Amino acid sequence: MTAAPLQPAIEVSHLVKSYAGVLAVNDISFAVPRGEILGFLGPNGAGKSTTMRILTGYLPATSGQVSICGFPVASEPDAVKRRIGYMPENNPLPDEMRVSEYLYFRGRLKEVPRRKLGSRIDEVLELCDLKRVRHKIIGKLSKGFRQRVGIAESVLAEPPVIIMDEPTIGLDPHQILIVRDLIASLRGRMTVLISSHILPEIEMTCDRVLIINQGRIVAQGTPADLRREVLGQSAYEIEAAGDIGSLPFLLGSIDPGLSVASEGPPDSLGFRTIKLKTLSAEDTGEAILRACLSEGLRVRALSRAHPTLEDVFLAATRRSWDAVAEDPAAPERP
Amino acid sequence: MKHFLTILSHEVRMLLVSPSTYIAAAAFLSFMGFVFTALLGEYSKAPQDLSPASAFFLYYWFPVIFMVPLLTMKCLAEERRLGTMETLLTTPVTTTEVVLGKYSAAYLLYLAFWGSSSGFFLILRHFAGDAHLIDPGPIIGGYLFIAVSGLLFIAIGVFSSALSRSQAVAGMICVTMLVGLILGGEYLARASWLDSESLSSIKEAVSYGHISQHRQDFTRGVIDMRELLFYVSGTVLALIFSILCVEAKLIHS
Repeated sequence: MTAAPLQPAIEVSHLVKSYAGVLAVNDISFAVPRGEILGFLGPNGAGKSTTMRILTGYLPATSGQVSICGFPVASEPDAVKRRIGYMPENNPLPDEMRVSEYLYFRGRLKEVPRRKLGSRIDEVLELCDLKRVRHKIIGKLSKGFRQRVGIAESVLAEPPVIIMDEPTIGLDPHQILIVRDLIASLRGRMTVLISSHILPEIEMTCDRVLIINQGRIVAQGTPADLRREVLGQSAYEIEAAGDIGSLPFLLGSIDPGLSVASEGPPDSLGFRTIKLKTLSAEDTGEAILRACLSEGLRVRALSRAHPTLEDVFLAATRRSWDAVAEDPAAPERP
Repeated sequence: MKHFLTILSHEVRMLLVSPSTYIAAAAFLSFMGFVFTALLGEYSKAPQDLSPASAFFLYYWFPVIFMVPLLTMKCLAEERRLGTMETLLTTPVTTTEVVLGKYSAAYLLYLAFWGSSSGFFLILRHFAGDAHLIDPGPIIGGYLFIAVSGLLFIAIGVFSSALSRSQAVAGMICVTMLVGLILGGEYLARASWLDSESLSSIKEAVSYGHISQHRQDFTRGVIDMRELLFYVSGTVLALIFSILCVEAKLIHS
């Protein structure tokens, strides 16, 4: 029953899902190798949750193929369900059960042998720092604890694939940190697919990011790759005083692609903030600095701006909005 | 069916910690106790043609209409409302196991409620010391009727819970269906406008589904295969519809 070790943990090809004529997921294909943490990004209604639900076998796909550890979801849903741990959006939990009771029940459903279940529950309680609340009623727990109960539940049966839909939603920064460490601790052992709105979150935990919008993949790769691919440029910021009129000409002599993106107003000391952008990935900071000084500009600061995943996300989703707007055949979303 | 017992024991446990179970139990026992004492009063005044046990089961429909919804309205509706249906069905559990587990738990509890009412007869026997009031035939027949008809009533409750996301709506649907089935059947069986020759096939169908007539037959000791089949087939049908309903709502969610 075990699949070949080299098979990707998650394989999705040409997945399409439509609800009553509306395309929620439109021809998505991707693969996740074993042990990788993949972040799933997208604005609301992009099709993240739908894709995840199809991966778990909860919803049937309209067309396309999905397989988990080599098992096709459509024809072997049982084999797939034994290999995933899933935490849905909003993390629904039964309010009237105690934490340890809930984990025991879930463990039995997930076919963890009765002998091992007790010690396994202790392990996940320890892992998620839930020991103090193990006898508490779930309905009385705070949001952070509930979220961790959900995570504990999804890793309980030690599945090779874990799918979490917005695991950090509604948590405070401290709790987010705990959850992030928890997810990072699964790296290498389990394949994790998480969706989130919180971009720094994804950037820190995920090996690879997949951005989807309007049911299509608009960008994918490591956060660094994405920056290059989507923004395709690096940016510099200088704070300088003096005559900046000759600056564009000067910059062109260093790198033909280098240009002034914006200029700020001078402050009380005469320094203004100038933003530069270039298409090349090379670090031309030193050449810029030297050129400015040779022109007699007084430079107070020079920095190379690092676009955040947020910029990438905005750029990628905007790009896809434009593409959709240009394409009259694309279905309208309600 | 590997997970059937896991779900069953979980559901029984959940029913036992839920306040609505105790409300249903208290309401049921006080109503039946009231009926029982009233009956005893009647019997001590004057001799009656009916045995006390068969008279006791005459009022079976009242607790059924109120207790069955209380036991079942939560089972599927609440799971869907909370979203726990999603976590439940993404484990290696089939919809059939979920529906059957919940159904059996509610049915066991229903039997336990009625079983506790047999205490009335034990108390009577202990204090009356007079065996003529306690005729075991109608008692056994009556409880057998309760057990067999309960199969169908609980299945109807589970089905109405599968129809809606809200417990209240599920409860109302369940009450309506039970009233239609029990009291509507009673009304139609007595309706004289069905007596005409042209409607005789309808009349036959109505008398086949006449639940109060079944009760009378059971307490008399007449156990008709057709009546058993009526409940068993109705139960299977209601459960199949519940399973299909849960699955259909997934596809169209």
